[in-house]
Amino acid sequence: MTTPPVSHVELRPGAYADSVTLLQVSRAVQGLDGVLAAQVAMATALNIEVLTEMGFEVPAEATTNDMVVALRLTDADALAAALSGVDQALRDANRRVEGSTEVAPSRTTASALRGAPGAVVVVSVPGSSALVEAMDALDAGSDVMIFSDNVPVEQEVALKRTAADRGLLVMGPDCGTAVVGGLGLGFANVVSPGPVGIVAASGTGCQQLLALLDHAGVGVTSALGVGGRDLSAEVRGVSTREAMRRLDEDPAIELIVVVSKPPADDVAAEITAYADSLATPVELVLLGAGEPDLTAGAEAVLRRLGRDLPAWPVAGGTTSGSGLIRGLFVGGTLKSEAQLIAGTDAGHTFVDFGDDAYTTGRAHPMIDPALRLEHLARAAADLATGVLLLDVVLGHGAEPDPAALLAPAVAAVSQPVVIAVVGTDGDPQDRDRQVRALVEAGAEVHLSNAGATRRALELIGAHA
Amino acid sequence: MSTPEAVVNVGADLLADAVADQAVAVTRVDWRPPMTGTEADLATVAADPLRRTANERALAAMLGVTATLVDVAPASELLGLEPGQFLHAGPPIEWSRASGPLRGALMGGAALEGLVDDPEDAVALFESGANVSLEPCHHRSAVGPMAGVVTPSMWMFVLEDAATGRRTYCSLNEGLGKVLRYGAYGPEVLTRLRWMRDVLGPLLQTAVRASGPVDVTGILTQMLQMGDEAHNRNRAGTLMLLRDLSPAMVTSGMDSADVAEGLRFIGGNDHFFLNLAMPACKLALDAARGIEGSTMVVAMARNGTDFGIQTAGTGDEWFTGPAQVADGLYLGDYGPDDANPDIGDSAITETAGIGGFAMATAPAIVRLVGGSVPDALATTRRMHEITLGENPRWTVPVLEFQGVPSGIDVTRVCRTGILPQINTGMAGAKAGVGQVGAGLVNPPAEIFPKALARLAELTRSRAQ
Repeated sequence: MTTPPVSHVELRPGAYADSVTLLQVSRAVQGLDGVLAAQVAMATALNIEVLTEMGFEVPAEATTNDMVVALRLTDADALAAALSGVDQALRDANRRVEGSTEVAPSRTTASALRGAPGAVVVVSVPGSSALVEAMDALDAGSDVMIFSDNVPVEQEVALKRTAADRGLLVMGPDCGTAVVGGLGLGFANVVSPGPVGIVAASGTGCQQLLALLDHAGVGVTSALGVGGRDLSAEVRGVSTREAMRRLDEDPAIELIVVVSKPPADDVAAEITAYADSLATPVELVLLGAGEPDLTAGAEAVLRRLGRDLPAWPVAGGTTSGSGLIRGLFVGGTLKSEAQLIAGTDAGHTFVDFGDDAYTTGRAHPMIDPALRLEHLARAAADLATGVLLLDVVLGHGAEPDPAALLAPAVAAVSQPVVIAVVGTDGDPQDRDRQVRALVEAGAEVHLSNAGATRRALELIGAHA
Repeated sequence: MSTPEAVVNVGADLLADAVADQAVAVTRVDWRPPMTGTEADLATVAADPLRRTANERALAAMLGVTATLVDVAPASELLGLEPGQFLHAGPPIEWSRASGPLRGALMGGAALEGLVDDPEDAVALFESGANVSLEPCHHRSAVGPMAGVVTPSMWMFVLEDAATGRRTYCSLNEGLGKVLRYGAYGPEVLTRLRWMRDVLGPLLQTAVRASGPVDVTGILTQMLQMGDEAHNRNRAGTLMLLRDLSPAMVTSGMDSADVAEGLRFIGGNDHFFLNLAMPACKLALDAARGIEGSTMVVAMARNGTDFGIQTAGTGDEWFTGPAQVADGLYLGDYGPDDANPDIGDSAITETAGIGGFAMATAPAIVRLVGGSVPDALATTRRMHEITLGENPRWTVPVLEFQGVPSGIDVTRVCRTGILPQINTGMAGAKAGVGQVGAGLVNPPAEIFPKALARLAELTRSRAQ
């Protein structure tokens, strides 16, 4: 006579093996006498689903840090042998993994820097852990770029004061872009070396400047991000001063350009005084209400260098529309600039999908375009929408082919679409191909974000 | 600014890829979230202006100590220990919470001191608490392996730091198997202890006084190159000690049969040197005590019930959690159910960078503790992730003479979740059984966040 099969499910909190190993373990256990089915897996949602489908009941308290051992046996007597088979298989699997002579990667920045002394450190861990990793860099005498956002301002101050005491540079936090001696860090455009050095409190603002100067044939040797709060009353421009000092020491740099929102009043005086003490001239490009836009700033830089002003390129064209501007941006500074130029009184709206509100738990829109594409379709369906104003930011770190998804979405829109494509012809995405694809989809493409915004206003018959 | 030659990336892989695409070497940190709930304390301690210098001082103080064996004498003389006073391993504990092996050792110790005739009678003595007191070895500048019980008549090694005159103490090693420190208290145990008191102690005293200080730190340097890790393997160290002391033992004028027995006992006890390695490590670590702001661990110790740590920056406070049962191999028919949780001050060796931390240099015993040679290499490398530096004197030939990982940093343990690896013997859980096996064990994870929280609290109070 036959007895009904017996099920056994147990959780092993804290036990861990990778999925490939556990697959091998499950297979090994399935081959044992008295075992009808066996599944040893980490209790991820997916695995619990699989186990449930196999007819096992996984305890509700299971978390992804628990290992589940689920066995179906011919009878209860087979349990002991099956469990020892599981343990044996896990041990065997571990033996192979642990027996590897490969050197495990470093687990902290401090440890990594022992093997790479003098390296520049790029930190993009969650904001709550950013100070700890960045402090490792400063302790080892390395400059650090902090890409992470959500770093408390008092931690920023602590890091920057420590760096200042040691002659080191903290770029960030929330620093998206830097070019250090020609090496792009974060989201950075490929530019030729040249006479300009930039200190930027804004990532996409810096990228716009890089792209415009590149078009004008002016190279940039270094562009040092300092984070959006550096010139605030709390932080007091500590990194801005250090970055200016570095650029001043570089004989290749003829003009230092500082790009920032207007500093806190007394900080502005300190920075101006510091700029005056340097051998290299300093051009301030201030962003915000009542200040010139980025394109005007680039023009001021060119004039200061005695260069001719080029015409900022425009590709394609579009018909006029009527209604409101819907600005959908991935660059925070680009969104702010457009909003300042167009104003919101008339009902125009501008959204930055790189804002924390949109990036919690998902990648930045310069990497993952899905959210903006969804909003694009929604805005296009809105009868009040007269023109769509977008940006596309190219360079290292950004989406490899933004037009691949954006161009079809643009083609599906009935309203006119104006896009600022911020990039250089050296960027890995092949800027000209991107522009071509967007133009073919019906968009009008500008290099200047300010130019694109003014064009959008013009298309709906308004004036800036 | 010159182009960085190398970048360390911690966080998003995408940013590392962008650097690699520009043909610059990038080291990727295998970052994972820190131990649960430690982010804020980690940031506080990392930003402590005292921390870096304090840790440099603590490490340098530890590495700067040379321990020499200067004398051997009874605990009553050296520590003023009086009848009824018992020292034990680990953090403070009372009889009611004491584990089997600690109780067994205390019972044997009471019989050795003549407080009771039969060790079994000592139970009532300790339960009453009258005229007996328990105190950690660590509180008296001493360390004791396993149960670590020291009574007034036991002879102790005296180690001295010549530069400061500071001293530490440790009892003489009894050998393996049925011995007091593993909780055995049978007649053969007491007979051996009496012989050690009456013959071995005086013999060693005469020999050490005659031959002059023995450089214990120097022997450790050599034995680490001879396959000893100085916790579970002390064979080369023991023989080198014998080499240094045997001429003076022979010419001591003591009965030649006693001298021969002394030589035979030491030569036949591969662990004899452990009781010199331990106080040498304590002497080095004690030099780092009381350094405000330092996050370095200066003691790890177990009493068979609790595992405790002390740090350089938190004074004499113990941070404790439940001692774990070692994972390893068992003698004879013993199994995991027979083993007592981790016990002994011998983890002072790991605290100083040897023992489990120097596993790579002792491939001969990796099987004893249930591992493989690649495991041993990986273990030592992994310990570098949680330590402040390397010991330039104590090096590991197979790792290209890299110094042993030294100075456990509480913050790095919390950041990586990597726990110190300890090689250990296993005592029987029942009083009187003795040794049942040997294996690998870790501290309970929660004691590191506890110590971190206290360090953070002290940091915050200094900042006010």
